[in-house]
Amino acid sequence: MGEEDYYLELCERPVQFEKANPVNCVFFDEANKQVFAVRSGGATGVVVKGPDDRNPISFRMDDKGEVKCIKFSLENKILAVQRTSKTVDFCNFIPDNSQLEYTQECKTKNANILGFCWTSSTEIVFITDQGIEFYQVLPEKRSLKLLKSHNLNVNWYMYCPESAVILLSTTVLENVLQPFHFRAGTMSKLPKFEIELPAAPKSTKPSLSERDIAMATIYGQLYVLFLRHHSRTSNSTGAEVVLYHLPREGACKKMHILKLNRTGKFALNVVDNLVVVHHQDTETSVIFDIKLRGEFDGSVTFHHPVLPARSIQPYQIPITGPAAVTSQSPVPCKLYSSSWIVFQPDIIISASQGYLWNLQVKLEPIVNLLPDKGRLMDFLLQRKECKMVILSVCSQMLSESDRASLPVIATVFDKLNHEYKKYLDAEQSYAMAVEAGQSRSSPLLKRPVRTQAVLDQSDVYTHVLSAFVEKKMPHKFVIAVLMEYIRSLNQFQIAVQHYLHELVIKTLVQHNLFYMLHQFLQYHVLSDSKPLACLLLSLESFYPPAHQLSLDMLKRLSTANDEIVEVLLSKHQVLAALRFIRGIGGHDNISARKFLDAAKQTEDNMLFYTIFRFFEQRNQRLRGSPNFTPGEHCEEHVAFFKQIFGDQALMRPTTF
Amino acid sequence: MAAAAAGAGSGPWAAQEKQFPPALLSFFIYNPRFGPREGQEENKILFYHPNEVEKNEKIRNVGLCEAIVQFTRTFSPSKPAKSLHTQKNRQFFNEPEENFWMVMVVRNPIIEKQSKDGKPVIEYQEEELLDKVYSSVLRQCYSMYKLFNGTFLKAMEDGGVKLLKERLEKFFHRYLQTLHLQSCDLLDIFGGISFFPLDKMTYLKIQSFINRMEESLNIVKYTAFLYNDQLIWSGLEQDDMRILYKYLTTSLFPRHIEPELAGRDSPIRAEMPGNLQHYGRFLTGPLNLNDPDAKCRFPKIFVNTDDTYEELHLIVYKTELRPSSYTQSEASISASVHPTLDFCRRLDSIVGPQLTVLASDICEQFNINKRMSGSEKEPQFKFIYFNHMNLAEKSTVHMRKTPSVSLTSVHPDLMKILGDINSDFTRVDEDEEIIVKAMSDYWVVGKKSDRRELYVILNQKNANLIEVNEEVKKLCATQFNNIFFLD
Repeated sequence: MGEEDYYLELCERPVQFEKANPVNCVFFDEANKQVFAVRSGGATGVVVKGPDDRNPISFRMDDKGEVKCIKFSLENKILAVQRTSKTVDFCNFIPDNSQLEYTQECKTKNANILGFCWTSSTEIVFITDQGIEFYQVLPEKRSLKLLKSHNLNVNWYMYCPESAVILLSTTVLENVLQPFHFRAGTMSKLPKFEIELPAAPKSTKPSLSERDIAMATIYGQLYVLFLRHHSRTSNSTGAEVVLYHLPREGACKKMHILKLNRTGKFALNVVDNLVVVHHQDTETSVIFDIKLRGEFDGSVTFHHPVLPARSIQPYQIPITGPAAVTSQSPVPCKLYSSSWIVFQPDIIISASQGYLWNLQVKLEPIVNLLPDKGRLMDFLLQRKECKMVILSVCSQMLSESDRASLPVIATVFDKLNHEYKKYLDAEQSYAMAVEAGQSRSSPLLKRPVRTQAVLDQSDVYTHVLSAFVEKKMPHKFVIAVLMEYIRSLNQFQIAVQHYLHELVIKTLVQHNLFYMLHQFLQYHVLSDSKPLACLLLSLESFYPPAHQLSLDMLKRLSTANDEIVEVLLSKHQVLAALRFIRGIGGHDNISARKFLDAAKQTEDNMLFYTIFRFFEQRNQRLRGSPNFTPGEHCEEHVAFFKQIFGDQALMRPTTF
Repeated sequence: MAAAAAGAGSGPWAAQEKQFPPALLSFFIYNPRFGPREGQEENKILFYHPNEVEKNEKIRNVGLCEAIVQFTRTFSPSKPAKSLHTQKNRQFFNEPEENFWMVMVVRNPIIEKQSKDGKPVIEYQEEELLDKVYSSVLRQCYSMYKLFNGTFLKAMEDGGVKLLKERLEKFFHRYLQTLHLQSCDLLDIFGGISFFPLDKMTYLKIQSFINRMEESLNIVKYTAFLYNDQLIWSGLEQDDMRILYKYLTTSLFPRHIEPELAGRDSPIRAEMPGNLQHYGRFLTGPLNLNDPDAKCRFPKIFVNTDDTYEELHLIVYKTELRPSSYTQSEASISASVHPTLDFCRRLDSIVGPQLTVLASDICEQFNINKRMSGSEKEPQFKFIYFNHMNLAEKSTVHMRKTPSVSLTSVHPDLMKILGDINSDFTRVDEDEEIIVKAMSDYWVVGKKSDRRELYVILNQKNANLIEVNEEVKKLCATQFNNIFFLD
């Protein structure tokens, strides 16, 4: 197994804390992702470390008994500590507020507090075995106000801070789950649902264990993940993960089943919208992507692991570790240790070693593990940090050694452009919405976020195509690839940038394939633009028809009439230029001097006569006199005319 | 043919007249270097039609041509005589390769009148034939020969005079019968290509299809794609495509359409199990792919003869949306290595289904185009357009081509005026416009702008010059508004 093969890794800079031991208790708060190391009940110090803040919070508190649970409210404003089964103690961490502790007892008689969760900086929920109580903390008054409560029998609970949903396990089998949602002082009860338990031997009472349930947000949706150790259907072996979708409104629905094809001890994480399933027995993990195509049986989609199972990349405990580590060489860390505790979405804690890691997905190794390029693209396009990896996949599939077939290349381009088009459409409808109702801008109107999966033409041009055409590949292949990209853009109705067209032209010209170029232009595959027309003009000496193609293009643009006149004059086609400008009705505004200059240069006296006469007639028509005005600077041409044709040839003013 | 032409004439006097169209009198190829001394003259002659002509007469005729060319060369060293006009016939000279001369002698059209005493009087129409038309026909003869045989010089290198003579005999013996000199006109001068108008997306799909096919069948060197006898894509260079197009549209395709039109479905494709239903087949090569003994013989063609001199095999494959329907797309494919039956099966399985799908896409386009143009009422004019730069040609004067004749919908006199205008255009480089009032109510307008030519035939009662000019302007605005075509 090469170094490149591991696609999961522990983050490089873990949060380190003092190992758990008889005098040091360690707590983890899922909401703030903080680790609390409480020494001697707090008397000899509490150290709080989060993943983002490198400066730990340290404080002391009186040892008033064993700490059962300790958590900061959001933004570290208020500390809550549970020491008994009836009460929770509070302590303000707000400057200018009293730091004296205050206590809240749970309202329900004879109830035991199972735990508590902060839902905001001043709102807290107590979960008791008889229900839940939702409080507002008033730090300045050092008291709490009950906002709402609900009574039901609770076996255990689970909290998902990202979506502010608390899940309560009820009933004897523990498998009826009641979710509550919290938002800005309100508590709403969502429809409860039942988890189907696998059939168990009659002797044992089946029940849903808290350990087999997780909650996580995947692709913006909240899911309840249930690890079913034995499948209900006898013909399938191995455990599976069942995903229940918990919508904001409406009932919970079983949506996906992840087939693990093995049994034993598992743990779940969610990283970058991927469900990671760790298997302790084999010390490997697999990942699932519910957006990838699975087998749909009419109600549920079955998924298999995206990739073969692999261990998390071996991890060395750094030398600059905690003080306890004295040896100089890095110590390999025991992965999949039984002392690991896994939290959602991506946290792995080793309390005995004093580390908190974030689990990460490495995309580069996956490129070689997933041979199906279409599926690989589907996978990569959903990942956060995908841009450079995708670009490298594109470059790779066009390289000499790893060259993919054209249908595969086409599929990859189509997938890129599908994503690109979705973003462009969102951008456009946003722009239209803004334009339509600037004054009454609704809060729903959000500028679309450009994710890394949006690879536009300039990305593909800069990182893939411009380098690709420089390589010594067969020109047939180069052109086929460029045309395939242009075809894909067109298929998604994305306007092709002219630098791509220029790349095509450059490649064709390099290989003297002018007839191909001509045909592409004939069918307007290379869209009209002034830069392109100019490029064609410059090709005339290599390929004479380019001149005609360029003029046609300028004509179609209909905004390039001046350019057409210039082109014709430069070719000494003075009469053609004049006829053209007259044809579009612009002949009253053109400079006589410019045309006379051009006519004189042809050394064709009759042509000069014709042009001169035309402007005399124009002068007559516009000003009532055939003479040129001084502002037109035509004196030298008048003199030239007289010299050749004589004074009497000048047009005489018509007088009535 | 002659009788048919006479029968077409009507009126009481016409019955007295018999018309005979121009006809090929002789056609020969010689090289003066091969028999420079007296007594060796016969060696000069490489090919002579008709072969029955007595030897001495052959020698005399060749000698005469040689003399005329030599004589005129003293006046114009770089451009010796191209044709010789006599009362009864015209001779056309062409030197396609150094010292190799091709000569074609065409008899002028004849009108046979009954004199008062009942004796037939023959009148040769000396001014009817257009030099440019028949010179072009002669040049085309060479191009066609070269396409299938390579250059004269190559034959000399390969097997000397003997081989060259054999090749010439084999090729021209058949080819001259297909010349149909009576129906040659302006289009033979142009030797143009009719392009199929197509939207960008469908065009790109075809591109994609061709690129993929050439990738998976790597002996394929070039591909041309046609639909309903119109070209959509050519991977071959322009000059090679021009003559191949001529061959495909006037010889190969018509030969394969006629039996179908006769209602006989060619029993070529037996249902292959597991094969996608499509109506593709080879126009060159094996007739039945299921027959293990099927012969895989493809005509050889020679392209880029000035440059890389490539010898290829011509594979022509055609699909139809429905059997015997008019809508068809053809892919003409040139392969470098001799294609095997196995290759043919592979090609059939790759190209057949995809080509059928593309054909239906194109057909949709075709119907859209037809609906758009069909909404207007029958126009008062007919036109021929030609662009020298891409050889694009469009004619509403000509009906569908058959292998025997190209039918025009206008009077031959008008066609002759078109030819005359074209000759005028050739003389100068400048843009020009010529308007001719023809017999009855016909007007003929010729326009030349840059390297494009447009010929319009109008039929309007009592129209004057200004009105005709306006009509043509209108035509340009509707038909040619996306190109730079000066009014």
